[in-house]
Amino acid sequence: MTTSVRSSRSVTTAGGVQRMSAWRAFLGLCQRDLWATVRHEPLAFLSQALLQPIFFLFVFGRVLPEIGAAGDAYGAQLLPGIIALTVVLTAVQNTALPLVIGFSFTKELEDRLLAPLPVEAVAVQTMLMAAARGAIGGLLILPLGQLILPGGVNLGETVWLGFVLILLLGAITGAGMGMVLGTSVPPTRISVAFAVVLTPLIFTGSTFYPWAALGRLRWFQVLTLANPLTYVSEGMRAALTPIDHLPTVAIALGILASLTVFGGLGVRGFARRATS
Amino acid sequence: MSVESNVDLGAEEGAAGAGPFVLVDELRKRFVSDGPDVVDGISFSVGRGELFGLLGPNGAGKTTTIGVITTRVHPSGGRVLVDGIDVSRDPVGVKRRIAVVPQQSNLDRTLTAVENLSFHAAYFGSNRRDRRLRAREMLARFGLEGREDEAVNNYSGGMAQRLMLARALMHRPQLLVLDEPTSALDPQSRLFLWDTIRDLRRDGVTILLTTHDMDEADLLCDRIAIVDHGKVVALDTPRRLRQLLPSDAGVELVIDGDGDPTQLFSEIEGGRRVEAQPAGQDGWQVRIYGDDDRLTEHAAEMARRAGRPLVELRRIEGTLEDVFVHLTGRELR
Repeated sequence: MTTSVRSSRSVTTAGGVQRMSAWRAFLGLCQRDLWATVRHEPLAFLSQALLQPIFFLFVFGRVLPEIGAAGDAYGAQLLPGIIALTVVLTAVQNTALPLVIGFSFTKELEDRLLAPLPVEAVAVQTMLMAAARGAIGGLLILPLGQLILPGGVNLGETVWLGFVLILLLGAITGAGMGMVLGTSVPPTRISVAFAVVLTPLIFTGSTFYPWAALGRLRWFQVLTLANPLTYVSEGMRAALTPIDHLPTVAIALGILASLTVFGGLGVRGFARRATS
Repeated sequence: MSVESNVDLGAEEGAAGAGPFVLVDELRKRFVSDGPDVVDGISFSVGRGELFGLLGPNGAGKTTTIGVITTRVHPSGGRVLVDGIDVSRDPVGVKRRIAVVPQQSNLDRTLTAVENLSFHAAYFGSNRRDRRLRAREMLARFGLEGREDEAVNNYSGGMAQRLMLARALMHRPQLLVLDEPTSALDPQSRLFLWDTIRDLRRDGVTILLTTHDMDEADLLCDRIAIVDHGKVVALDTPRRLRQLLPSDAGVELVIDGDGDPTQLFSEIEGGRRVEAQPAGQDGWQVRIYGDDDRLTEHAAEMARRAGRPLVELRRIEGTLEDVFVHLTGRELR
């Protein structure tokens, strides 16, 4: 309390005080989320983020080549897709589920909504923290891939700036998608909604194959362009491997468009759920 | 019907100060464009430091009104000011001044009790050292010492309620909104909460309370608004509200001596009806209904003249519950 008094003295305008208090509240919410993840649920976070990708990597990247159902090089094609999938899915789950539960069953979001910052800022904060979890999940796939895939992970041709950008923007896009899901579906339907949304999301996102390889299944190739995950997967492929991928411009446009649309709708949906 | 002997201790006008702390002016709210007005022109004001009660049946519009004051509901019409700030124009400014203790627990179940308090204070800009210190202080004040580091999931209903109140006070709000705070509490917790509410009022915190417990409202509130069908149907001090039912007002006395005293008081000035029944070994309880201010005096005088020693004498008033049911009807909501 004393610090807020001090700061309100140094910032003379009402708008300045307002912004300062909103910023402090924003940071306070971030601190709470980091603390909760690190201190209280690190295992829950890691298992939720990594268990599915570990099995995908193991079964598709190791078992299938081993039994001759896939080529030896398949692991290299698979890895970028699995990173993208982890980033997006972790971000989706870390927004959608807490929102549904926090708005309805536990009402835990109420205390955040009464914090002295605009409701839209609470939405952005929620998205950013979920995105951070998604990005960390994605990053952890690299060492896991090294352990699991027969050929390990080859980072010799990695474009690191591209990798980091795709990691961050992909995570925010996923968080926006989760926010739309979490605020548009009634709580009693969320388990159905998850099944209906997540399964197609996972399997039409160019996760398990490069988009260019779908040339012989043209209709499916076109369909997958509607999935934001496609652009993240292709972006990861472009950043990590020399494999054929969507044109860079298409990847950038796809990610930015998805981010804008889902981020915008997510914030709007959150504000609508938060106030009536 | 209850028998009431003490003098009204509540302030008639609520607290004084520079203008009301909460001003609700012709507030309207309709959730669906072609639906009904859930709040249909509610107006009231809460003075600085006043303890104001909002009573009404379920669905009367209380929660919606509270929702607007706490920035969670957008008004469809009218305006609401908190400390002079319009809730629609500057919700963040309003949020800095208020705290809410909801009906249902909304504690952060991932965190421990002390973390619940500490992070809440962080949202309001308190630094780590200050907030840790204050959190421990508050936990001690609310009888939660020794349970600070437990997950709030393990907390009982009463403990959760106290923790929510402690959390609300972490950032020293000017307005505390209590939404049916005692509905699920045991008598011990309720008494503790009442004491705390009185302390806060003494410290100058403005308090807005909704409740279904009429005794609680009567006991605590400086003024009460009874709301029904989205409108304020009565607004006054508890005492004046109780007097809204003149037929239930009167005086009750217990006198010694043999013989039914009904006849004795039948001609009393200002009395409308007299009932008497034996009380104890050789006494009688007499109820004289009427709203004459001097009924008590007349009754005592008549008993004295008749040579019947007076054992007890008290004023009878309708209860707040009687008035509430009278104003809002008996139908189920």
